[in-house]
Amino acid sequence: MGTPGEGLGRCSHALIRGVPESLASGEGAGAGLPALDLAKAQREHGVLGGKLRQRLGLQLLELPPEESLPLGPLLGDTAVIQGDTALITRPWSPARRPEVDGVRKALQDLGLRIVEIGDQNATLDGTDVLFTGREFFVGLSKWTNHRGAEIVADTFRDFAVSTVPVSGPSHLRGLCGMGGPRTVVAGRSDAAQKAVRAMAVLTDHPYASLTLPDDAAADCLFLRPGLPGVPPFLLHRGGGDLPNSQEALQKLSDVTLVPVSCSELEKAGAGLSSLCLVLSTRPHS
Amino acid sequence: MTTEVGSASEVKKDSSQLGTDATKEKPKEVAENQQNQSSDPEEEKGSQPPPAAESQSSLRRQKREKETSESRGISRFIPPWLKKQKSYTLVVAKDGGDKKEPTQAVVEEQVLDKEEPLPEEQRQAKGDAEEMAQKKQEIKVEVKEEKPSVSKEEKPSVSKVEMQPTELVSKEREEKVKETQEDKLEGGAAKRETKEVQTNELKAEKASQKVTKKTKTVQCKVTLLDGTEYSCDLEKHAKGQVLFDKVCEHLNLLEKDYFGLLFQESPEQKNWLDPAKEIKRQLRNLPWLFTFNVKFYPPDPSQLTEDITRYFLCLQLRQDIASGRLPCSFVTHALLGSYTLQAELGDYDPEEHGSIDLSEFQFAPTQTKELEEKVAELHKTHRGLSPAQADSQFLENAKRLSMYGVDLHHAKDSEGVDIKLGVCANGLLIYKDRLRINRFAWPKILKISYKRSNFYIKVRPAELEQFESTIGFKLPNHRAAKRLWKVCVEHHTFYRLVSPEQPPKAKFLTLGSKFRYSGRTQAQTRQASTLIDRPAPHFERTSSKRVSRSLDGAPIGVMDQSLMKDFPGAAGEISAYGPGLVSIAVVQDGDGRREVRSPTKAPHLQLIEGKELDKAQEDILKHQASISELKRNFMESTPEPRPNEWEKRRITPLSLQTQGRKGDHLFKDILSVKEKYLMPTTRTVEEKAQETDKSSHETLNIVEEKKRAEVGKDERVITEEMNGKEISPGSGPGEIRKVEPVTQKDSTSLSSESSSSSSESEEEDVGEYRPHHRVTEGTIREEQEYEEEVEEEPRPAAKVVEREEAVPEASPVTQAGASVITVETVIQENVGAQKIPGEKSVHEGALKQDMGEEAEEEPQKVNGEVSHVDIDVLPQIICCSEPPVVKTEMVTISDASQRTEISTKEVPIVQTETKTITYESPQIDGGAGGDSGTLLTAQTITSESVSTTTTTHITKTVKGGISETRIEKRIVITGDGDIDHDQALAQAIREAREQHPDMSVTRVVVHKETELAEEGED
Repeated sequence: MGTPGEGLGRCSHALIRGVPESLASGEGAGAGLPALDLAKAQREHGVLGGKLRQRLGLQLLELPPEESLPLGPLLGDTAVIQGDTALITRPWSPARRPEVDGVRKALQDLGLRIVEIGDQNATLDGTDVLFTGREFFVGLSKWTNHRGAEIVADTFRDFAVSTVPVSGPSHLRGLCGMGGPRTVVAGRSDAAQKAVRAMAVLTDHPYASLTLPDDAAADCLFLRPGLPGVPPFLLHRGGGDLPNSQEALQKLSDVTLVPVSCSELEKAGAGLSSLCLVLSTRPHS
Repeated sequence: MTTEVGSASEVKKDSSQLGTDATKEKPKEVAENQQNQSSDPEEEKGSQPPPAAESQSSLRRQKREKETSESRGISRFIPPWLKKQKSYTLVVAKDGGDKKEPTQAVVEEQVLDKEEPLPEEQRQAKGDAEEMAQKKQEIKVEVKEEKPSVSKEEKPSVSKVEMQPTELVSKEREEKVKETQEDKLEGGAAKRETKEVQTNELKAEKASQKVTKKTKTVQCKVTLLDGTEYSCDLEKHAKGQVLFDKVCEHLNLLEKDYFGLLFQESPEQKNWLDPAKEIKRQLRNLPWLFTFNVKFYPPDPSQLTEDITRYFLCLQLRQDIASGRLPCSFVTHALLGSYTLQAELGDYDPEEHGSIDLSEFQFAPTQTKELEEKVAELHKTHRGLSPAQADSQFLENAKRLSMYGVDLHHAKDSEGVDIKLGVCANGLLIYKDRLRINRFAWPKILKISYKRSNFYIKVRPAELEQFESTIGFKLPNHRAAKRLWKVCVEHHTFYRLVSPEQPPKAKFLTLGSKFRYSGRTQAQTRQASTLIDRPAPHFERTSSKRVSRSLDGAPIGVMDQSLMKDFPGAAGEISAYGPGLVSIAVVQDGDGRREVRSPTKAPHLQLIEGKELDKAQEDILKHQASISELKRNFMESTPEPRPNEWEKRRITPLSLQTQGRKGDHLFKDILSVKEKYLMPTTRTVEEKAQETDKSSHETLNIVEEKKRAEVGKDERVITEEMNGKEISPGSGPGEIRKVEPVTQKDSTSLSSESSSSSSESEEEDVGEYRPHHRVTEGTIREEQEYEEEVEEEPRPAAKVVEREEAVPEASPVTQAGASVITVETVIQENVGAQKIPGEKSVHEGALKQDMGEEAEEEPQKVNGEVSHVDIDVLPQIICCSEPPVVKTEMVTISDASQRTEISTKEVPIVQTETKTITYESPQIDGGAGGDSGTLLTAQTITSESVSTTTTTHITKTVKGGISETRIEKRIVITGDGDIDHDQALAQAIREAREQHPDMSVTRVVVHKETELAEEGED
C-alpha cells in the first residue's frame, strides 16, 4: 500500500495512443465533434509524448492510431490504474468500448493485474475517477453511473471510494485534479466548485484546494517519475492554452511545472488526464 | 439501579475522605474485627433465614429479627451513647452516627429501606465523619466496602425465591469482594489501603455467615480473540464491568479501554455489554456467552503503549479481514498475511516453512493459491522483524484501510434504499453498496437520536445557512436503532471528547438520565497508558490457523440449546422471576408501549416521524442552497481524521505530539498552509476555543468570547442586553432561535424520563444525544471563518418564519412543573482592530484549504430524509409562557470587586413567577450609547445537551479602530426541580471567567420561569 499520498503520481511508464485521421473528420466519432486541425492535433500529441519521455524521463509506450477509433487517443477513459491493478473500464459511449482492447493488452504486457467490468449495466469513463493518493472519488456524470463507481470500489478495496455528483457534460477530471499529494486543484465553474465541495464533505483527509480560473487547467497530472528525493512534476496546460490560470498554478510549490498544450485535441474532448495513462511497474517498491 | 449506583459513589466519596483516618486506625480495627468475627457465628445461627419458599414479608421480618439480635450481640463493643441511637436504625429517617453498628445491621437496613438509600447513606456517612470517635473508624470502613455489593445482591434476592445451594454462596462471596475492589479501582491510594483491610474482614465474616446471602453465581464464557475460551463464575447481578475486568486480567491487558464484550442478541445482532449495567439485565434470557473484541479501533496503533495491546488488535483485525468485514485488495491481503506469518512463525526458513501448508491460515475471506504464494514470497522479505515489529507493520498497513474501525449498520434511507451507516472515529459515514455517498463528521452533528426504528441526526447548518437539518434513517427494528445510537454516542465520546460527559450537575439535572459512554475516552486512556510501568508482559502468540474461523461470521453466541444447559443461572432465572416480568418485557418490545408510558411523548414522536415535514421545508432548503453558493469561496477545513492539530495538543501528552502519524502530518501541512493565508489572530482564537472546549464538559456553558488578544485591551461594555427579551416572544429572531430547542428538549426528555422511570433503560425506544456543545471548537472555528469573510449577516429573517410553522405543536407539551432557567452571560473584550480588512484579499485566489470537513454548504442530503429542525422545535411554548400571574423580581448586582460572591438572597418565592437576577459589571461606561460602531459580523450558535441549551451569540464590531467582540451566551436549563438562582449566577460568572480569563464579564442574568399551573406537582 505504501505510505498514503506517497503513492500519488508514482510512475515509470506512460501510455499514449496516436491520433487517427478520423478524429479530424469527425466521421468516426459521429458525435458532432467540431472539425479540428488534424496536423495541429497530431503535433500537440507528439509534443506531449516528447515531454513525457524526455522531460519526465518516463518509458513511453505509444499505441498506434486506429482509424476505426477516432477517440482512441483519449485512452484515459479506458482504464483506471492504481498500484499494480488496472481496471479496464466500460465507457459510456458504446462506440468507444472497443478502445479498451488495445489498452488492456498493453497494460497486461506491462504486468499489471487486469480487472474487467462484467456488468452490462455499468458505465465508467476513466476520467471520471480521481485518485488522490489516499482515496478515490468517482464522478457520477453523464458518463459514469453508480454501478460503474461501485466496481471501482470493488476493485480498489483498500481505499475509500466516494461518489461525487457531476453536473453538466464534464468528466470529474475535467473539473479538478491533484496539484500535489495534499492539494486538489479545481476550476472556478459552478460545476467544479460543487464537485470540490462534495469531495470535501466526503473525505476523511483534509486537502488544500487551489482554485484556477479555467476548469481545463485543473486537468493536470501530478507525476513522480523519479526517486522520492526528486521534486515531482506537474504536467499542466500551458500559457498558450490557458493564460489566465498560469499565475495561480505558480502557487503550487514543491512541483516542477511542465506546461504542455492540447488546445486542438481539447476540441475533441481531450484533456491531459485522458491523453495519457501513467503507471508504475514497481508500484510497491 | 440508579439509586444503587448513586449510593455506591456516595459511599465511595466518603470513604476516600475517611481513608486516612481509617488507615491510622488500622491496628485497632483489625483487633476489633477479630472480636466481631468471633461473635458472629453464634449470632448467625440464631437468625438463620428459613429455606426456600419464604414469603417476602416473613423474610423481612426475619431479617429484622436477625438484625436486632446481631446488634444486640455486638452491642458490647459499642459505647452506650451509640447503642442508644441504634434503635433508629430501622427507622427510615436517621441521624448521623448509626453506623456504629456492625456491618450486618447495615446490610439489612439497606434492604429494608431501599426506597431511599441515597440520602440516608449520605447522612450516615457524614454523621460518621463528624461524630464518630476514632474507634468507630473500622465500622465505617466496613460500611463503605460492603454496601455497594451487598445492595446489589441483596435487593433482588429479597423479592425472589431463594434456592441457591450453599456451596455457591461462598464462591459468590469471593466474587463480591473482588467486585468491590474492582469497582473502586478508580479511587485513590488511601482508599485502596482501606480496601485491603476490608477484604480480609469481609471474607472471614462471610465464611461465618454464609447463609445470609443467597445470591447465585452464573458461569460466563468468553471467547477470546485467539479463539480460546475463558470461563468464570460471576455473581448473578454483576455488572458488565466485573466480567470485563476479569477478562482483561486474564489476558494481562492494561490498555483495555479499546476493547469490549459482545453478546449475540440474535443471529444478526450483536450488542456491546454495557459495563455500567447488570449483565443479567442486558442479556435477559440469553446464555452468558460473550466474545471479547476491539470496540474502539485506535486510529494510530503505534501510539498504544504495550505490544500486548497491539497483539490483540492484530488478532481482531485478522478476524475482521478473514471474515470480510475489513475489505482489502489482493496485495494488501498478501502483505498483511505475510506480517502475520512473520509474527507467528518468525523468519522464513525454507526447510521449516517450505512445507507449511498456508491454506491452514486464513489470510482472506476467499483465499487462492496465488494469494498464498504471494504471502510466502513477501514473508521472505520480512526477515529480521521481531513478532512485535511484524505486528506493528501489520497495523501500520491495516489502519490505512478505508474500512478500518468502521462499524457498519444496515439501514434504509428515506426512499427505502438499502444503505449502510458506518460509525467511526471521525463521524458517521453513509455507504451505498461499497460506495461512500455521504459523510457527517462529528463536529457537524448536533444531535443524534432515535425513535422506534428510526435513527436521526441533526446536522449543523453550513456556515451561511440558518437551518439545521435532520436526516432520518430507517433501521431494521428499534433495537437496531438504539444500538446504532449507542454506538454513536460511545464513539463520539471516545474519540472526540477529553472526558466522558458528566451527568449534569444535580441542581440542574432534573430529567432522567440517559445512556452515556462511561468509560475512558481515548485521550484519557492514552494518558493512563503513559503511566503504565511494568516490564513488557510475556504472552504467547497463538497461531492464527483456521481454528479461529468460527469467531467472525457466526460467533458462539448463537443460541444453542446444548450451550444453554451450561448455564443454570440463566435458565433458573426465568422461573425465579416468574412469568410476570417476562411478559412485561414482551410488552415493552411491542410498539404499543409508548401509549402505556407517557402521553407527553406522543405528540413529539409524531413530529419526528412525520415525513410530510420534509416537503414543507424544501423551499427553505433551496434558499439555503442559494445562500450557500455565496459562501463557497470561504470554505475552510476543519480537519479531523484525528483531532486536528490544536485539539490534539490538548488531548495528547506533549511527548506524543511530535510523533508524525498518518494524519498528523497532514494536519501540519494544512495548518501551515493556513498560516500563510490566515491572520495569526485566527489561531489565537482557535486556541481559545480549545480552552473553551476543555471546560465545556460542564452542563453550563457560558459565554465564549474570543478576541484577538494582541493589542492593549480596552475593555468596554455594551449595555444593550437581551435581558427581558426572553419573556417577550417577538424580541428578536436570535432570541427565538435560542429558545426553540429548549422546548423541544423538554418534551423529549420529559417523555423519555417518564418512560424509563423504571430506571431500566434497555427498553426505552427514544434516545437523544447532543454531541455538539462539547465540540465547541468546531463552532468557534466556523464563526471565526465566517467573521473573516462576511460583512453582513442575513441571519435573522427566515428564523421567524420557521417558528411560525412550528406553532401548532406548542400546546401539547406544557410540562408539568418544569421551570426554565436562563443564564445569560456576556463577556466581551475589545482589542485594537488589526485584523479586519486584510483577510479577504489574502484569501482571494490564494491556496485555500477548503477540503476539510466543515467545508460545504450543500449538505448533500442525498440519502436519508431531510427534514427540518422544527420537527422537534416548539418555540411557542417558551415565548408564550408568560405566566398568567407573574411576579417579577429584578435584582441587579453591580459590584466589581467581588463578583464571584453573589450574596443577594432569596426573593420570596411566591407560587409562580419569573425571577431574574442580573449581574452587571460596573465597567459599563458611556461608550455603549453613542457610537455603535460598525457591525462586522454576528453569529449565533446553538448547542444543546440533555437539559440545557446554550446559545452563543457573537458579534464583532469595530469602533474607531477598536475591534470589539462580544459573546453573549445564553444557557437555558430546563427541568422540574428548583434551582438556586444565586448559585446558578455565581457559577455562570465563574465559568465564564474561567473560560475567558482575558475577557471581561459584563453582564450575567439569571432568569427563572416557573409555570404557575404546575406548581403543585413539584
